[in-house]
Amino acid sequence: MLLNMILFLPLAGFLLLLFFPREQRGAIKTTALLVSLLVFVASLGLIPEVRNAPTAMSYETNVSWIDYPPIRYHVGIDGLSLWLVILSTLLTPITVLVSWNYIQKRVKEFFAFLLLLEFGMIGVFLAMDLFLFYVFFEVTLVPMYFLIGIWGHDKRIYAAVKFFLYTLAGSVLMLAAIIYLYNRGGTFDYPILLEMLRNGRLALSSTEQFWLFMAFFFAFAVKVPLFPLHTWLPDAHGEAPTAGSIILASVLLKMGTYGLVRFCLPMFPGAARDNAPWIVALAITGIIYGALVAMIQPNMKRLVAYSSVSHLGFVVLGIFSFNQLALDGAVYQMLNHGVSTGALFMLVGYLYERRHSLEIADYGGVATPAPFLSAMFMITMLASVGLPTLNNFVGEFLVLQGAAQVNFTWAVFAAVGVILSAVYMLWMYQRTFFGEVSEELRSHMHDLSPREWATIIPLVVLMIWMGTGTQTFLPVISASNERTLEQTKTNVEFQVNASPSLSSQVKELLNVR
Amino acid sequence: MHHLWLIPTIPLAGSMINLLFGRRLPKIAVSGVAIGSVLLSFLWVLNVLSGLGGLEEAHIERYFTWIQSGDFNVGFDLMVDRLTAVMLLVVTGIGLLIHIYSSGYMAHEEGFSRFFAYLNLFMFFMLILVLAANYLVLFVGWEGVGLCSYLLIGFYYLKKSAGDAGKKAFIVNRVGDFGFSLAMFLIVVTFGTLDFARVFAQAKDMPVEAGVGTLTVICLLLLLGATGKSAQVPLYVWLPDAMEGPTPVSALIHAATMVTAGVYMVARSSVLYLKAPLAMDAVAIIGLVTAVLAATIGLAQNDIKKVFAYSTVSQLGYMFLALGVGAFSAGIFHVVTHAFFKALLFLGAGSVIHALEGEQDMRLMGGLRSKIPVTFATIFCAAVAIAGVPPFSGFHSKDEILLAAHHHAPWMYWVGVVTAGMTAFYVFRAIFMTFFGSYRGHHHPHESPWVMLGPLCILALLSLGGGYIHIPHFLEPLFPLAESAHESTLVYISVAAGLAGIGLAWLMYVAQPGLPDAISRSFRGLYTLVYNKYFVDEIYDAVIVHPLRDGSRSVLWKGIDEGVIDNVVNGVGRSARNVGSVLRVMQSGYIRSYATWVVLGSVIVVAAISFLGGSR
Amino acid sequence: MQSMTSVPLSWYLILSAILFALGVAGFVIRRNLITVFMSIELMLNAVNLSFITFSYQLKQVDGHIFSFFVMVVAAAEAAVGLAIILAIFRNRSSLQIDDISSMKY
Repeated sequence: MLLNMILFLPLAGFLLLLFFPREQRGAIKTTALLVSLLVFVASLGLIPEVRNAPTAMSYETNVSWIDYPPIRYHVGIDGLSLWLVILSTLLTPITVLVSWNYIQKRVKEFFAFLLLLEFGMIGVFLAMDLFLFYVFFEVTLVPMYFLIGIWGHDKRIYAAVKFFLYTLAGSVLMLAAIIYLYNRGGTFDYPILLEMLRNGRLALSSTEQFWLFMAFFFAFAVKVPLFPLHTWLPDAHGEAPTAGSIILASVLLKMGTYGLVRFCLPMFPGAARDNAPWIVALAITGIIYGALVAMIQPNMKRLVAYSSVSHLGFVVLGIFSFNQLALDGAVYQMLNHGVSTGALFMLVGYLYERRHSLEIADYGGVATPAPFLSAMFMITMLASVGLPTLNNFVGEFLVLQGAAQVNFTWAVFAAVGVILSAVYMLWMYQRTFFGEVSEELRSHMHDLSPREWATIIPLVVLMIWMGTGTQTFLPVISASNERTLEQTKTNVEFQVNASPSLSSQVKELLNVR
Repeated sequence: MHHLWLIPTIPLAGSMINLLFGRRLPKIAVSGVAIGSVLLSFLWVLNVLSGLGGLEEAHIERYFTWIQSGDFNVGFDLMVDRLTAVMLLVVTGIGLLIHIYSSGYMAHEEGFSRFFAYLNLFMFFMLILVLAANYLVLFVGWEGVGLCSYLLIGFYYLKKSAGDAGKKAFIVNRVGDFGFSLAMFLIVVTFGTLDFARVFAQAKDMPVEAGVGTLTVICLLLLLGATGKSAQVPLYVWLPDAMEGPTPVSALIHAATMVTAGVYMVARSSVLYLKAPLAMDAVAIIGLVTAVLAATIGLAQNDIKKVFAYSTVSQLGYMFLALGVGAFSAGIFHVVTHAFFKALLFLGAGSVIHALEGEQDMRLMGGLRSKIPVTFATIFCAAVAIAGVPPFSGFHSKDEILLAAHHHAPWMYWVGVVTAGMTAFYVFRAIFMTFFGSYRGHHHPHESPWVMLGPLCILALLSLGGGYIHIPHFLEPLFPLAESAHESTLVYISVAAGLAGIGLAWLMYVAQPGLPDAISRSFRGLYTLVYNKYFVDEIYDAVIVHPLRDGSRSVLWKGIDEGVIDNVVNGVGRSARNVGSVLRVMQSGYIRSYATWVVLGSVIVVAAISFLGGSR
Repeated sequence: MQSMTSVPLSWYLILSAILFALGVAGFVIRRNLITVFMSIELMLNAVNLSFITFSYQLKQVDGHIFSFFVMVVAAAEAAVGLAIILAIFRNRSSLQIDDISSMKY
């Protein structure tokens, strides 16, 4: 019940906002903020139960949505999705606050789209029916398309269309694969499909496995984005409004990596393992490539976007290392990247609101008129660079450590990215914040306002918390990853997880067939 | 429990107070908080050490699990053994003196509270570094001091050169950290843990590696980390630039404490190194090369802080030489004595710079002996100590190193002796250029306040007498005393080299002031090479920095990203549009033409059905 | 139960076809929107006629139902279509369909 409430409250908020008269901007913003805050608080209530049983599906709802073909509304939450859901619910109120003054035109539509986006994001992480997952996966596209296309910068239409088509091209292949699986297995329900794949009732030839894996992988790799499918990202980030960039970087990219862990590995373990070498090669290429290209970007947002390519390379490397440490690190890194890169985009947005430029060359010496903004930027930058005691370090360390246990050369090459991250971040920071400040810039710059403090403080606190108190977050992730890795072991009897409704569903299915 | 965590946490608290409220506090309160927190930490160190007694065994305190994944587990564990005890005393003791000094030195600077906040933060991380009980916690301190170094070098952030220097320090250190982290990964792969006690216990039972084995690789990677932090060849380039920071920072971070972290780390890992003779040789040779290279560069520098910076690099090379020949305790001994006299040299230089309102060029000094006598007297103590004049502190530690080097390989001893001569020469060259002759500048030198001179005097006493604190003996349980040659001739030779260096400096800069110019003219090529630091920075720029930057821009970004990948993506869009442009010719916009298409189409369909006989 | 006096089936169908052809011709040839619109109605009614014919002939009610459907749709179409035509006329003060050709590339 709680889970359904968390899922549908944003949708309700979206519908509610549509009935507001468009002049009442204050009321619209306040409503959006209250709804998203309510969702966040409610989502915190999920933690205890998932903690108790991180490998099982908690708060499961499984009812029929469409009778034929049998598409079910099947949602649940486990250790893998818990923190991603909370990340989504946390970032939505933050983005509402971030956009408070930034958005001046079509206020009503903007905040409505934000809530719709939240609905889609939460749904993606909860859906346990492949078709439902696909629906949510696409639902997020629409509001994001409009966020970029309406409230973006100059080249926004190009960026929005590119974003939409790129990701759609990927997910259409996934849809084909989902339908193929339905034709073979007779159901869209993910746990049942998984069970059938395990016990051999649904036997896929290695060719089938390969193509299905590729279809899913391609959809998720575009979303991640994995080199060389990343070119939509700099454009989308470069043109999106601040809130759009935050959500895009922090949550939407994670849908790709989440999909890899949730679906690609357990369903097609053989193909995943067979293809791991070149995927890892692409991931490592992305780590270094993204960092090098980030280094010479003249535009801050594009710089951070390329840095995301680099950081997400670590996540993919961790996923395809098939190692407990690396996978833990990868999932943890998803959250870390969400927090620190989200904060980076937010702070870049604050600079933009003041100076109305994203070119690094237009700044310089910001530290003098805005010391606290600079300090927050510094902490965020250091987190992103991977300084120990801040969050990214833990994720990167685990990924690299796990990868080193599988293949030491991987770790050597990937660790180069850690050096380079310092290069591009420090260089950008120096050019933006150090030096003499021009009179023109000084007249634009003022320090953080209370509203801006309210948005950055939670993220900075999280950076430190996630960097030191990892035991709050990691055990749940670790447990669910252990299960995932168990599932990816080929030729091993699949362990049915403890959820009682699952076995009854299987029986029901056996009767029907 | 002896609450070791209090030692680093007190300065952290001081740092937080100054960061958050420092701008609103009066300066006296800011410096009070900063100095007080270091003092408390120092007192707590004394309390802990006296409580722990002889420290025959390491005392370990485990607080909480930091990272736990699978069967891998790292905790926030701190420990004290004799090595840590030495480092703790040096860090908090010297740190306290430099904090006191800074309250005078920085009194008229902008960003007073920021400075002390950073300085306290540095103390926090440095203490974490030396207290760590596993490699990962050590790495926290390791990176943390690097961060503080970055912040403090770039303290005058309005100056571009300061920002550049800070960035350079951080990035060069990152290259070292790359090696350090790879070493950690390999340690976990090999030993399954990062805990010092467990790693060393397992390593003790491993055979000494004849060729390049896992332990050798681990040690070489750790060495890469150490060369970054301790400014050794090839990663020493950041330290001279780091002099952009305020002088107390140079004294505390870039002379006395942080840069010796690499020496500490290698000494801490001595169990691993002893099993990897190849890595030991690498340590010794890198140390020796650094010592010579930096000493020669130091001969020709005119900026007083740059001279001492190269001197630091050179002395760190000595320490690495000691480690490499197996004289770990001698290396740590030199860390301690070096902390005394090098901190004093820098603080003294700071006092000179303070007196001359920011002038750092020695060519514009001279004759300051009578104008700032206390500064002169103290800095002179440091100079005789570093020159290895018996019986002062530098003599004792340097001698231990050189004798151990002679036992290992006599040629190392001889190179070391030559370097010792050069060291004595350039330090006294600086002394003579600054304090002797006639004043060449146009400021009005004034002696520094006692809050600055007090620490100088204490350090002067330590520089003179510190050699009698026999640290190798104290460290004996950890590092068995290295076998070393005990020939008094060797001692005489090295002392003679030092005295010769002093004499030569006297000759060139006091007795015959025209001599240096004549020499530099007759060896123009060599002089230019040395004066420009062998063009190492330029070579790095040309070989690494520029290709990386330009290649990333033209090949990766413009070439691959926009040229290839985006071209393919946009090409797909373009081809779809091209196909569409053929088809859209039918879209005339006239309803009647559409209607005609509809009719034609339906006629065709009906005809097709009736001819082919549709499905019935 | 065909009576001899009744009109033969084919006549109805021929009439329907003629009406439909007229409608098509008007739809394609005429230039006035209103006329085009009326031609569409003509085609619809031609189809209606054949529905009714078959329904009567085969003694089944389906055809009637269909023709009612068509009439309802036609009525709705008339309402919407006329509204659109009015809107166009207000905008462009012309009902010549060749003037309304902005829906091209």
